[in-house]
Amino acid sequence: MSAVLDHHGHGVHGHEHDDHHGAPKGWRRWVYATNHKDIGTLYLLFAFTMLMIGGVLALCIRAELFQPGLQFFNPELFNQFTTMHGLIMVFGAIMPAFVGFANWMIPLQIGASDMAFARMNNFSFWLLIPAALMLVLSFFMPGGAPAAGWTLYAPLTLQMGPSMDAGIFAMHLMGASSIMGSINIIVTILNMRAPGMTLMKMPMFAWTWLITAYLLIAVMPVLAGAITMTLTDRHFGTSFFSPAGGGDPVMYQHIFWFFGHPEVYIMILPAFGIISQIVPAFARKKLFGYASMVYATASIAILSFIVWAHHMFATGMPVTGQLFFMYATMLIAVPTGVKIFNWVATMWRGSMTFETPMLWAVGFIFVFTIGGFTGLILAMAPVDIQLQDTYYVVAHFHYVLVAGSLFGLFAGFYFWGPKWTGVMYSETRGRIHFWGSLIAFNVTFFPMHFLGLAGMPRRYADYPMQFADFNMLASVGAFVFGFMQLYFFVFVALPMMRGQGATAPQRPWTDADGKGAEGLEWEVPSPAPFHTFETPPKLNADATRIVA
Amino acid sequence: MKMMNFTEVGRRLGQLGIVLGATLATRMAMAVNDLPGGPAVNELDLQTPATKIATEQQWLHNFMLVICMVIFLAVFGVMFYSIIKHRKSKGAVPANFHESVKVEIAWTVAPFIIVIFMALPATKVVVAMKDTTNSDLTIKATGYQWKWGYDYIKGEGEGIGFLSALDTAQREMSDAGKPEGDNYLLKVDHPLVVPVGKKVRLITTANDVIHSWAMPAFGVKQDAIPGFVRDTWFRAERTGDFYGQCSELCGKEHAYMPIHVKVVSAADYSAWVDVEKKKLAALADDPSKVWKLEELMARGEKVYGATCVACHKGDGKGGGPIKPLDGSAVVLDADKLKQVAVVLNGQNNGAMPSWKQLSDTEIAAVITYTKNSWSNKTGQAVQPAEVVAARK
Repeated sequence: MSAVLDHHGHGVHGHEHDDHHGAPKGWRRWVYATNHKDIGTLYLLFAFTMLMIGGVLALCIRAELFQPGLQFFNPELFNQFTTMHGLIMVFGAIMPAFVGFANWMIPLQIGASDMAFARMNNFSFWLLIPAALMLVLSFFMPGGAPAAGWTLYAPLTLQMGPSMDAGIFAMHLMGASSIMGSINIIVTILNMRAPGMTLMKMPMFAWTWLITAYLLIAVMPVLAGAITMTLTDRHFGTSFFSPAGGGDPVMYQHIFWFFGHPEVYIMILPAFGIISQIVPAFARKKLFGYASMVYATASIAILSFIVWAHHMFATGMPVTGQLFFMYATMLIAVPTGVKIFNWVATMWRGSMTFETPMLWAVGFIFVFTIGGFTGLILAMAPVDIQLQDTYYVVAHFHYVLVAGSLFGLFAGFYFWGPKWTGVMYSETRGRIHFWGSLIAFNVTFFPMHFLGLAGMPRRYADYPMQFADFNMLASVGAFVFGFMQLYFFVFVALPMMRGQGATAPQRPWTDADGKGAEGLEWEVPSPAPFHTFETPPKLNADATRIVA
Repeated sequence: MKMMNFTEVGRRLGQLGIVLGATLATRMAMAVNDLPGGPAVNELDLQTPATKIATEQQWLHNFMLVICMVIFLAVFGVMFYSIIKHRKSKGAVPANFHESVKVEIAWTVAPFIIVIFMALPATKVVVAMKDTTNSDLTIKATGYQWKWGYDYIKGEGEGIGFLSALDTAQREMSDAGKPEGDNYLLKVDHPLVVPVGKKVRLITTANDVIHSWAMPAFGVKQDAIPGFVRDTWFRAERTGDFYGQCSELCGKEHAYMPIHVKVVSAADYSAWVDVEKKKLAALADDPSKVWKLEELMARGEKVYGATCVACHKGDGKGGGPIKPLDGSAVVLDADKLKQVAVVLNGQNNGAMPSWKQLSDTEIAAVITYTKNSWSNKTGQAVQPAEVVAARK
């Protein structure tokens, strides 16, 4: 049995097991969990479930769009699918998955015994369950699920049925969960690093999460404001966004996107951190420009606060506004480019092998950059006027969120999975998962650039027939992509969780001469024991190794 | 599972790709052609421009594409070279360098300069797109759930106003899953007509939720926001028919409120204005007129076919969340004002929209029609004057 699900794993335990006689077993272990590894596992399993549910919704969308004409669903239901696909993927899959990684890896990487606030950690996770239930079950409420797009623009939201209120409540719960989780991460990183691990010696994953946590604390309350005002407009007689009462629908967009833009960086920065750890490991060479990488990440985070209205170029803002937001948005390309150059420079004159984590990391760099370029093109306001609300935007954000965030998550899973479970995944199956996903992803989303350029609007249940061929191609790709994730779960993840596979060494990614992965997580056995670093370790000068 | 090495997996995938491609290719013989002024089949680029602004936008996009392509090839050229050469299996030994302030500065400053270089031509176009002054004609486009209303506010044609909705036959094709036609989902009952070569200032607003008026061939997109007026402009450089679609999610018929602009010569435009003004005069129904039941039925059938059939269907049975009118308690009610109230004010938070923008005669006629069609046989007639009174 794997150590993820069962306390009695392989490897050296010594007295660490005896420490928790009296620790709960069975369902209590999970419901009352305060251990960062268990909570990390809970988040990851939750996120994967939501990924599958969001994926089914996507396949419903692509099934309908396979051919022009309505075949399966009426447009009202179709709008529910597009809305819930977005909400579930953003708030249910991507964000909790990264929090799961944070929980598993941050204490291990900084040499801490657990997160600073273990019980609040538990609460942060369990809040997600009623939230997810409300989101998913909203399809069965009168009127169906919310159908206003994941961006929930007013005043369309004022026309939605009771599921809109359930959705608002769910988002409040998830926001609270994120804020508490971020507080936990910041306090843990700032206070609980092992002696000798200064901030500038911290692993990049910890850095990117530290910055992401500040972003979350800054913007989740703003989203809470926007959805609360929507709620009061709907039921309590206010007119924040309702023009009949003197309100301003555009103000909703400003408030939402002030949250929404940093939100997308919240979803990508931890992935940058994962890639920044994997590439050096498999190039057998230290990350190029560590300090630059930290500053670039911080710049991206700060800049992310001043670009929000690039989502609003078509609303009719004055010239000065359009120019400012165009310039600011284009500026973000600079630190992002710096990061990509640094990764390539890490690879340059390294000694690379391409096990599955490295495949995903290189795939990430390649495909995320394409998403970055389309983002730069969208930043040009005159061009954005043509592409706003078309499939070009859909292509752009799926490139950065799927080929970016999701590929980053898979890279991290293959990289750290052996440490979590004590079991190596099958390299062949990992490759099948990677190549199948990469090819299917591109078949699905690359044609969408053309659809958008040619003028196909988004959130459309039916379309003019000239768009038929590329839609058909995208739908085929989508089904293959979905199948590949099922394959991953059944043939890669599940065996690892069950302990089926070759035993993972303590340092699966380090050569005999010591070249390869560095960091305190590799100082503990595979699988990592239930309690690690119960006393702060003594570190070498680099803060990468424990010295006796 | 049989252990396959890289080459075998690659070969299998290639075979699968060929099979898939062949299948798709045979399906791709769908009977549709390019629509001039609208989408082209399997188009890879923006639609053919019909205005200078759209031409500039296309130029900008190509400019960006070329620069991005060059950077892409440079960066990934280096990366793939490294992937091939700097492999452990090729005996590469890892170097020791891991930072260089000079290099970091260089690859911060260079992209910064490139970004400024990109922003300069873009700025010109942004400023030009925003300049709505000195227009020859001003038209207001109002977004409704789910159609457009056009009012000619200033210039030749002032006073003309009409609604423009998707052709109902095409809407039914969509429901039936049997799409057909090069202009599928783009045909409207009453296109917007403008003269060629004149600067048209387009004011956008909305009646209910946010919509967006888009015309790719003109390079125009402007949100139509309730409670707000925004403006944009275009000058069509050639005559022809041009098509766009609503570009902001506005509810269930978001995909079904297209935009069709007919650009005609100055002479044709003047002729059209004349005809429209005469039509308007004729249509101006006198709301105090008393109509016979058969006259109301005939008129009501027209209104129903133009306005109600998409949701309530030709047999009055609705479907899904849409309530049937055939056998409906509200329609059969002896108190006519009940149904008048529903048509004037809408119901269920806009799920049934308000139709107060129709004329009193149209509302009276269509209600009379529903009360005496299908299995409904109330014998009731609603006169326009009753609708006038109900509006108060």
